[in-house]
Amino acid sequence: MIQARNVSVDIAGKRIVAGVDFDARPGEIAAVVGPNGSGKTTFLKALSGELAYSGQVVLNGRDLREMKPVHVAVERAVLPQATVLSFPFTVREVVKLGLVGGRSGALPDEDARLPERALARVDLDGFAGRFYQELSGGEQQRVQLARVLCQVWAPVLDGKPRYLFLDEPVSSLDIKHQLIIMNIARDFARGGGGVVAILHDLNLTAMYADRIFVMHRGRLAATGSPRDVLSDDMIEKVFDCRLKVGALPAANMPFVLPQSAA
Amino acid sequence: MAQQSIAAPAGVMMAGEGDRSARARLIMGLSCVVLALAVFLSLTSGASDASAIKVVGDWLFGANRGDVVLDARDRLIVYDIRLPRVMLGMLIGAALAVSGAVMQGLFRNPLADPGLIGVSAGSSLGAVAVIVLGATLLAPLTALFGALTLPLAAFCGGLTVTLVLYGVATRHGRTSVATMLLAGIALAALAMALTGILIFMADDRQLRDLTFWSLGSLAGATWQKIGSVGPIIVAALAVTPFLARGLNALALGEATAGHLGIPVQRLKYTAIIGVSAAVGASVAVSGGIGFVGIVVPHLLRLLIGPDNRYLLPASALLGASLLLLADAVARTIVAPAELPIGIVTAISGAPFFLWILLRKRGVIDL
Repeated sequence: MIQARNVSVDIAGKRIVAGVDFDARPGEIAAVVGPNGSGKTTFLKALSGELAYSGQVVLNGRDLREMKPVHVAVERAVLPQATVLSFPFTVREVVKLGLVGGRSGALPDEDARLPERALARVDLDGFAGRFYQELSGGEQQRVQLARVLCQVWAPVLDGKPRYLFLDEPVSSLDIKHQLIIMNIARDFARGGGGVVAILHDLNLTAMYADRIFVMHRGRLAATGSPRDVLSDDMIEKVFDCRLKVGALPAANMPFVLPQSAA
Repeated sequence: MAQQSIAAPAGVMMAGEGDRSARARLIMGLSCVVLALAVFLSLTSGASDASAIKVVGDWLFGANRGDVVLDARDRLIVYDIRLPRVMLGMLIGAALAVSGAVMQGLFRNPLADPGLIGVSAGSSLGAVAVIVLGATLLAPLTALFGALTLPLAAFCGGLTVTLVLYGVATRHGRTSVATMLLAGIALAALAMALTGILIFMADDRQLRDLTFWSLGSLAGATWQKIGSVGPIIVAALAVTPFLARGLNALALGEATAGHLGIPVQRLKYTAIIGVSAAVGASVAVSGGIGFVGIVVPHLLRLLIGPDNRYLLPASALLGASLLLLADAVARTIVAPAELPIGIVTAISGAPFFLWILLRKRGVIDL
């Protein structure tokens, strides 16, 4: 379990995240939503130990500040929004970097094949020999996810749940791969791990999230299940946009929802 | 793919697609052979006649054991002139090439090179200060550290430049290439100006020493010099295998390296101190030998990819070989006189550097 209490982050004298309380439970997908600039990514960076914060973050019973990077890396993996690589690594070499800590949780003889298996999971079978720089943005993002999956291959290790932090994992993906990636997140949670995902697509959020944290101007505006949180009022207040939840478009207007996936 | 994995012998990592480790090991093996040949060539060629080959043969294979024809002059040439020079060349070639590879990993840029971004200039300043002021202003230091004063001063100069450079060019875990190169130019200019003041103060004998020293040369290699800088370089090189995995992760950015469990701050400081020590020691004894640190890692990345677990040791081997070969050219091309080796590496390295820039045009984002 991850518990964040009264977490605030200041950057250059400006308060970006203000007093956020947050829980991520094993077995659940916790979605963080909110408009651009509401502090979602900054909050996730505090939660992953990348940025200094005030308040407290507890990861599986231990204070995050008192943990070494190598121990934190065993219990959670982080997918950033985008990753620029500075040298011509092959896709396999990038994915294999996820195994640098050596605690994937896979059986010892599985580790050698793990990059290929992770690539297959993100629908990049046969990409291992390609150069990362030659891939499209969406493909690069999936390579990074494969790397992250290698780091915490087993959702539970030594009896402790592990966590996936995903910062906009599907923003640059087509609809098929959005569903594939979100299903990977759901499988990870069903396997006993926890997922924290920053999402922009409210339909995907409603479909996959067990719990939604709505951020607005650095603060938590609402928390709860999709049914409780996604309301006309909340959307108007937070996103400054008058929308109706559950309203169908006019009969001659086509629309495609991820929920209709077979 | 699946068939491959079945065919692979148990316990052996199978070479999947995109896995270049088998090729890397092959290249490292070849580099060892090249280095052995370069050593042999260096020991047996030079201004002196070829009877030196017998000494080497005697030494290596015992071929001429009991042969009284081997005279003392040949032994002297091989054991006290060529052998220390070969040792020094190997140490410095390895130090420069590995330093380049580490800096490129640290700055996440294939153009980072101790010579280009002012680290060597900082080391030079430290060394020149000791040469010029060693008997006067810095006499207490010279008395305290003895033969180690020069490499130590060069180390401190290089360390200062690297730390300032990293502080200036890195913000929020991102190193700006443009800032790095420009700050490197500024720091190099500053160090060279201060060096210029010292040269201005130098007497005629010091001036001649300084001029030849600054062009870069392995001439004057002695066992005593190897004794003073050898341990520093060997220690710095011995640390680098422990940096390899961290530098690999750093290619994904500092934040992501941290997420993977790499202690990024410790990695950076270890790398900076190691590079400063290796470059400082090299500059202290051999002056400015440029481009080894950029040419060798770049060539190797083309061959085996950027994995530092192979890149660093292969850079050491190939750097040592290349510097020996450059030294062999420097010793023989205008024999019996000798060209400063820095001229040889610059004449061959600078066009290579331009070629990298041309290849990367549009890819390198300043």
